[in-house]
Amino acid sequence: MNELKFIDEYRDSQLAKKYLDKIFQITTRPWKIMEACGGQTHTIVKYGIDQLLPAFITLVHGPGCPVCVTPVSKIDAAIELVLRFKVILCSFGDMLRVPGTSMDLLRVKAQGGDVRVVYSPLDAIRVAKENPTREVVFFAIGFETTAPANAMVADLAKKQGIQNFSLLVAQVLVPPALAAILSSTASKIDAFLAPGHVCTVVGYEEYEALVQKYKIPIVVTGFEPIDILQGIIMCIDQLENGKLKIENQYTRSVKKEGNLIAKKKIFEIFDVTHQTWRGLGNIEWSGLKLSENYRDLDSEFRFHLSSRFPQSENENSDCISGLILQGVKKPLECQQFGKRCHPDHPLGATMVSSEGACAAYFRYRGLFRHE
Amino acid sequence: MNSSGEGSCGLPFVSSPSVLLGHGGGGRLTQQLIQEVFRKQFTSTFLKNEHDSAVVPVEKGLIAFTTDTYVVRPIFFPGGDIGKLAIYGTVNDLAMAGARPHYISLGMILEEGFSLEFLQKITQSIQLAALKCEVEIVTGDTKVVERGKGDGIFINTSGLGSISHHLDIQPSRLQKGDAILVSGDLGRHGIAIMAAREGLEFETALESDCAPLSFMVMDLIESGIELHCLRDLTRGGLASALNEIASTAHCEIEVVEEQIPVHILVQGACEILGLDPLYVANEGRMVAFVPEIQALEALERMKRHAVGSGARLIGRVTSDPIHPGRVLIRSRIGILRVLDLLNGEQLPRIC
Repeated sequence: MNELKFIDEYRDSQLAKKYLDKIFQITTRPWKIMEACGGQTHTIVKYGIDQLLPAFITLVHGPGCPVCVTPVSKIDAAIELVLRFKVILCSFGDMLRVPGTSMDLLRVKAQGGDVRVVYSPLDAIRVAKENPTREVVFFAIGFETTAPANAMVADLAKKQGIQNFSLLVAQVLVPPALAAILSSTASKIDAFLAPGHVCTVVGYEEYEALVQKYKIPIVVTGFEPIDILQGIIMCIDQLENGKLKIENQYTRSVKKEGNLIAKKKIFEIFDVTHQTWRGLGNIEWSGLKLSENYRDLDSEFRFHLSSRFPQSENENSDCISGLILQGVKKPLECQQFGKRCHPDHPLGATMVSSEGACAAYFRYRGLFRHE
Repeated sequence: MNSSGEGSCGLPFVSSPSVLLGHGGGGRLTQQLIQEVFRKQFTSTFLKNEHDSAVVPVEKGLIAFTTDTYVVRPIFFPGGDIGKLAIYGTVNDLAMAGARPHYISLGMILEEGFSLEFLQKITQSIQLAALKCEVEIVTGDTKVVERGKGDGIFINTSGLGSISHHLDIQPSRLQKGDAILVSGDLGRHGIAIMAAREGLEFETALESDCAPLSFMVMDLIESGIELHCLRDLTRGGLASALNEIASTAHCEIEVVEEQIPVHILVQGACEILGLDPLYVANEGRMVAFVPEIQALEALERMKRHAVGSGARLIGRVTSDPIHPGRVLIRSRIGILRVLDLLNGEQLPRIC
């Protein structure tokens, strides 16, 4: 591994102070800015960026944790595949702790289910080749960021004729979810920090349309403290000066058109479909499913699961994760935070994964308040 | 090579390349295993009696007694192996009580079919580690479990050490103002193990930090440092150790993120895998709580030892006992936040 550079530069305290001073200088009115991605939420809460901003700048946390928004029905399907159909289920690590209706995959594993953590979908293909007599399922979840690699393994499995491999797909798309949030009157967001890594893959042309339709500035932003502060400055600058455009803070990674090869691959393999989001409900055309040509690789089709697991679900009625994902409420406003709802026994979407807003508050703030 | 000899006690030892159930049966195969593998390496005079217990002399004062079990996978990893770990780990646990380690017991659970060549290598590594720490293996036990009922090899070691000073080293001795020193950069062991583990294919030049801390601790004590508390940083890393101590001591601890040493390769691996180095395992690192006035002297002492050459002052105890204790960390951009215990194991993130 080469030495990783250009990380510390984006966590520099002097530079952060300079940007914070600038934010104080240019801000004259209250503004509410939503960061769309869970990775950004994580950085904001971990470094305490929200606490350093002027009191009237509110950061609210968006729907951008793919693990959190994966519908319960898909987790139940994954569990069913392991326990009933005895498949080898390969999954990204942080999906294992997320509770389905009655249990999570870690518990399934402890009961003897063959659940394996993989770091790349290609590892799941390798598992399938090594176990030709077993059915191997890859739990293909994520935003546009994971879609190209997941598309690639579907393509590879088809081309190589791997018969014992399929994908349980729960891919979601960010712009339709942002549009849903902006259409709701409750959230009253003034500006967006768009997710840098999603835009690295698909570019930001779709976000440009959101700017025009909803009259809201959007800044494509990275994930380090300095990125976030720069993104906030760019948003406030637009808001204070009545500008309205898409801007790109994360130029070291994002191009307007995105990664054309990756985009092409996604839409070769997947079709856009309606999708249920945990905590947000059904959002039209906000997900991806394997296209007709790849149907044999769809675990739900292969194991006839779709009728057993209708895509509708309700969170616990005491859980406000839907409102948190829309930026209407913040984690500490929840009566159940840290009490009935805890990372060990989460009530809903935003507490289930470490990337979720409630889990980030719990981890980095605990029940600690500044005196 | 004869591998058809399951249960065929009495076959010459060299005829099997791997552990047989009979090696744990108490019969001739067991004797062969003891003589040809263990006794070849372990030469303590206390073993010569071949008695049910080792009878050892003890110095005046207090005895420290500890036990730990080692189940690491893979058993050989960059910078070490399960045998070395089983000695250093237990030696370090004794050192954390301020004890000078003397005697170690060695219990092994072997899985039927485990390579005898590996077992010999591990035994050799155990003996080398024991020599380095100046401890003796004085008693031991081997059991063999059926194939599929174990994971190759599990090792348990217990250790006895002596305490001849008057320091009372434990969390309840923490005082407001105490300096917190860490003996070196964090996370090497955890990342080296992960890199060597099947399924996670990345190459790194990192080696485990696995090392004995006892000589450095003895030096600190002998040079008159009033150690209030010591803790070796194993599973769960620095963050978990600090939380355990804060919780037992009912104190508030504050550390400064920028002062906490992390090697750039560990940082890089953690960035890629979505891990926090403060929670990654170490096997040759410790934190020391010392009176503020002795902080620099202690730091300078630690740096004289190879295992302490990267020692740093990372924070302070900031309160008298309160309830409950807690650990705070000052982030790089200046804000204080909670540094909490993890909920379960650290799992690599999706993106």
